[in-house]
Amino acid sequence: MIDVRNLTRRYGPTVAVDALSFDVRPGVVTGFLGPNGSGKSTTMRLILGLDRPDAGQARIGGRRYRDLAWPLREVGALLEAKAFHPGRSARAHLAALAAGNAIPRARVDEVLDMVGLTGAAGRRAGKFSLGMGQRLGMAAALLGDPAVLMFDEPVNGLDPEGVRWIRNLLKSLAAQGRTVFVSSHLISEMALTAERLVVIGRGRLLADTTVAELSAGAESLEDAFFRLTSDEIEYRGAPS
Amino acid sequence: MTARYGLAQVARMEWIKLRSLRSTWWTLILTAAGTVGIGVAVGLNTPNSGGDITNNALAGVVPGLLLTGVLGVLTMTGEYSSGTIRATLATAPRRPLVLVAKAAVFGAVTLVVGEAAAFIAFFAVGATLRAGVTAPTLGQPGVLRAVAVTGAGFCLIGLLGLGLGAIVRHSAAAVGVLVAGVYVAAQFIGIMAHGVASYMPILIVANSLSTTMPVTCGTDAASCPDFLSAWAGLGVLSLYAVIALTLGGWLLARRDT
Ligand SMILES: Nc1ncnc2c1ncn2[C@@H]1O[C@H](COP(=O)(O)OP(=O)(O)OP(=O)(O)O)[C@@H](O)[C@H]1O
Ligand SMILES: [Mg+2]
Repeated sequence: MIDVRNLTRRYGPTVAVDALSFDVRPGVVTGFLGPNGSGKSTTMRLILGLDRPDAGQARIGGRRYRDLAWPLREVGALLEAKAFHPGRSARAHLAALAAGNAIPRARVDEVLDMVGLTGAAGRRAGKFSLGMGQRLGMAAALLGDPAVLMFDEPVNGLDPEGVRWIRNLLKSLAAQGRTVFVSSHLISEMALTAERLVVIGRGRLLADTTVAELSAGAESLEDAFFRLTSDEIEYRGAPS
Repeated sequence: MTARYGLAQVARMEWIKLRSLRSTWWTLILTAAGTVGIGVAVGLNTPNSGGDITNNALAGVVPGLLLTGVLGVLTMTGEYSSGTIRATLATAPRRPLVLVAKAAVFGAVTLVVGEAAAFIAFFAVGATLRAGVTAPTLGQPGVLRAVAVTGAGFCLIGLLGLGLGAIVRHSAAAVGVLVAGVYVAAQFIGIMAHGVASYMPILIVANSLSTTMPVTCGTDAASCPDFLSAWAGLGVLSLYAVIALTLGGWLLARRDT
C-alpha cells in the first residue's frame, strides 16, 4: 500500500507535482497516466525519497521510504533512467544491491533468469541494448521479492515478446497480493494490464478510478484519457 | 539477522561495487607501478649517500597520489554519471551512512595499496642503488616512520578525492578541483606565501611525510617555509579529507539525486 498525501514539488518556477493525494492498493495493477511532463516520474522519485518534497509526504505501508528497515525487501522500483554503471556486469550490479540489504546471493541468479538475462549476466552492462537495460532494471526491482513494486515506463524499449512478458508479470505480481504501481504512455497497454488508474495533468490529480469506470461512456480508454487531459497537455506536436 | 540494514551491509555493497570495475584495478596497479618505477629511477640518479635516500626512494609517491585521488573522485562521480546513485540510495536511503561505508571501503583498499607501494618502492630502490651508495634500512632513525606514513598519504588523498567527488558530482569538474587544489595551487602559493605553502597537500607529502628528518633550509632560511613534522602533516591531510567528506555527506543528504 502506497499513500501519497498533499505531495508537492517545485523546480524553480515549475510546479512538477501539485498537492497530489492518492492511494495505491495491493492486489491490483494500478496504472499511472498523464501527458509528458505531468509529473509521473517526479512523483515516483518523491515516493522513493530520491527527491525531497516541498510539502506533503508519501508513505509505504505507513512509513516513509527512508525509515524502511530493508528497503529492497519492501519496495522494488524501476525508474525511467538507467541506474547502473556501464563498466559493471549485470551480475555484479545485482550482487552489490543484494549485499546492501542482506539478500541471499542465490537470488541474483534467480532474478537474472526471470528477466532472461542469464546469458548476458557477465558482460559489461554498458553494452546492453535499451531493452536489456530495462530488463536489468526489472531484475533489480524484483531482487528483494518486495510487496510493493513501482515501474516507470517498464515496456520502454522492449520487443513484443518483452511487452507481453511485462504485462503478464505485472498481473501475476498483483494476483499474489502485491501493490503494483506502473506508469505508461501506452493507454492501450494499460487497458490490458491495469485495473485501477491514477491520472494526473500538470502535477494535479485528474482521476483516481478504475479502468472500467473511466472507459464507460467513451469509445475507448484512449478517448476517455484525451477528454480528461485535453486542457492539461503542455507539450503538443503541430497537427499534420 | 539484524533488525535493519547498517554499515556492515552497505560496506559489503560498496566493496562489491569497487572491485567489480576493471578501472579500479588498473588504476591501483598503475599507482603502485608508477610509484616504484619513479622511485627506482630517482634512486639510480642518486650519486652518493649524502642526501635523504629514503626521500628519494619515495619520490614516485607525489605523481602516484594523483591517480589515487582521481580514483577517489571517480568512485563517487561515477555513481552520478551512470545513474547508479539512484539504485544505491534506494538500497540504503540513509545517505550519510552510504558515504561512510564508501569511505571505509575505499580508505582500506587505498591504505593497503599505498603501504604496499611505499614499502616496495623503498626496498626496490635499496636493491638498485649505484655501487658505493649505501641503502637505508628501516631500523635507522625516521626511516620506518617515513615509509609507513607516506603509504598512508595515498589513502588520505584518495579520501579527499572521494569527498570532492561527493561535493562536485561531475567527474571532469571534480578532477579539475582536485588537481588544482593539490598540485597547481601548491606551485603558486609556494612562490607567493611561504607560511601557507607548508599546508599544501603535495608539499606535506614531499617534505613532511616522506622525509626521515625535517627539511631544513640551510643558509636560505628567509625564502624557505617551515615544513610541518611528519605527524602534524599527517594530521593536516586527515583534516582535509574529513572536511571534504563531511561537506560531501552533508550535501548528499540535502540534495536531490
Ligand atoms: N530535476 C529537475 N529539475 C528541473 N525540472 C524538473 C526536474 N525533474 C522534473 N522537472 C520538471 O517537472 C515536470 C514533471 O516532469 P516529470 O519527468 O515528472 O514528468 P513525467 O510525467 O514523468 O513526463 P514523461 O511522461 O515525459 O516521462 C516537467 O516540467 C519537468 O521539466
Ligand atoms: Mg517520466
